[in-house]
Amino acid sequence: MLELKNVETYYGNIKALKGISLFVGDGEIITLIGANGAGKSTTLMTICGITPARIGDILFEKKSIRSLEPNRIVSLGISQVPEGRRIFPLLTVAENLDMGAFLRNDRAEIQKDLDYVFTLFPILKKRIHQQGGTLSGGEQQMLAISRALMSKPRLLLLDEPSLGLAPLAVQQIFQMIQKINSENKTTILLVEQNAFMALKVAHRGYVMENGTITLEGPAVDLLKDERIKRAYLGL
Amino acid sequence: MEYFLELLLGGLTRGSIYALIALGYTMVYGIIELINFAHGEIYMIGAFTALIIASVLTFHGFTGFSVLILASVVAVIYSAAYGYTVEKIAYKPLRQAPRLSPLISAIGMSIFLQNYVLIAQTSDFLPFPNLIPELPFLEEYSHIMGPAQLLIVITTAVVTIILTLFIKFTKTGKAMRATAQDRNMAMLMGVNVNKIISNTFIIGSALAAIGGVLIASHIGRINFYIGFIAGIKAFTAAVLGGIGSIPGAVLGGLVLGWTESFATGYVSSDYEDVFAFLLLVLILIFRPAGLLGRSAIQKV
Ligand SMILES: Nc1ncnc2c1ncn2[C@@H]1O[C@H](COP(=O)(O)OP(=O)(O)O)[C@@H](O)[C@H]1O
Ligand SMILES: [Mg+2]
Repeated sequence: MLELKNVETYYGNIKALKGISLFVGDGEIITLIGANGAGKSTTLMTICGITPARIGDILFEKKSIRSLEPNRIVSLGISQVPEGRRIFPLLTVAENLDMGAFLRNDRAEIQKDLDYVFTLFPILKKRIHQQGGTLSGGEQQMLAISRALMSKPRLLLLDEPSLGLAPLAVQQIFQMIQKINSENKTTILLVEQNAFMALKVAHRGYVMENGTITLEGPAVDLLKDERIKRAYLGL
Repeated sequence: MEYFLELLLGGLTRGSIYALIALGYTMVYGIIELINFAHGEIYMIGAFTALIIASVLTFHGFTGFSVLILASVVAVIYSAAYGYTVEKIAYKPLRQAPRLSPLISAIGMSIFLQNYVLIAQTSDFLPFPNLIPELPFLEEYSHIMGPAQLLIVITTAVVTIILTLFIKFTKTGKAMRATAQDRNMAMLMGVNVNKIISNTFIIGSALAAIGGVLIASHIGRINFYIGFIAGIKAFTAAVLGGIGSIPGAVLGGLVLGWTESFATGYVSSDYEDVFAFLLLVLILIFRPAGLLGRSAIQKV
């Protein structure tokens, strides 16, 4: 579904991604783990065209999306829940969700998807007329995921959805990620610092350090890998 | 009492024009955080376009309201095209540049447009025909409110209401607000941010053109420099009200209009600008974000 081939991304003269290659298959949950500053968020922003790749190629369903504008990439079915959620603080919950469906015109289907996200996160329905900025961290994360789902993505990119949440909310978010993947066949690329939880729900994983991929494999194997245990699982 | 009323309505008229222009400053600032110094020139170009169209139409025997409407429509289209083009030429290429660069580009654009009109037209004041017909029911009150003033106030009110509804309820309006709050996130929603920015310039320029036609027709003469003065005043109004805020621009315009009107009426017309800028300084000291503005912290 998604393939990155030797992608390099720069911030000015600083090379943040130093030749990343990774593959996400149809219907998979893939996790990308690594320490702070490794380049995980940059990878997601590069896929979405916000910080375009300078070298290498990005294929989505076998077609190159490397030089497309972000709005074109969204229209192909890629949606991101960015780090820090980035809810529009002065838009209401309803308006934030509307923005998720910005490129769609199928009113009846949009309503169905709205009902669907309210079954996933009933609390959002209660908050519907509240401004996004007034929600709690956990609620904002639910809204960010819901907003991304409103575009009906085939590939959902999640950037540290568990960051800053209470343990119970973390559990709930990971459950929802699995649910979204199994119920809708939505393919998921999950960036996490919480390596343990991420590897529990993922099929395969990639480990990133300093702008490169240093390790990859099935999640069950990575969970058992000594290097990972030491570096990321605190074991 | 009558004198007070006259000043009140005079200030309302003045303030309405400031508000119409201030809306363009505030909308552009809200979306790209740029003070568009060329905005006053767009207003001036609107007035000149209307003058040319009105002259042609009058020459061909058109009269009254139809001239006003046609001249306004052409002025709005022409100014909107100018606003759109200024953004594409002078600001878009500098979007990733340090913040000072587009600001300097804006000042350059303002000077360029002034001189362009100066050369293409003349430096003298040109008489602007009174396009606003007399209204019989107003005759009794003509010393405190003429038809031009009434039209200016009504037009501003209607335009502000339409703009507010547009921003609040349409898809483009929502996308504009989202872009103002978090541009990259709006892009991740599929918003074509370039288009949103263009739309903002087009709408702001159209409003300025309406202001330009109305005020030129009210005052009766224009030259290449009117945009500079009106631009500074309207910019002051936008800052007063809280730059980035649409209701703020309208409130700021009215407060400024009244301040000037009362200062002129009760003190002396020499002090008009002194009071206007004194007010600005006071508000910036006690409410740095403006009357209805949000502080930077709240915005993020
Ligand atoms: N906007 C930016 N400008 C300059 N450097 C950046 C920017 N964003 C991230 N970086 C740098 O790029 C590297 C990768 O950052 P990031 O992708 O955010 O890592 P991660 O998400 O894994 O924590 C870091 O060294 C970071 O300092
Ligand atoms: Mg990150």
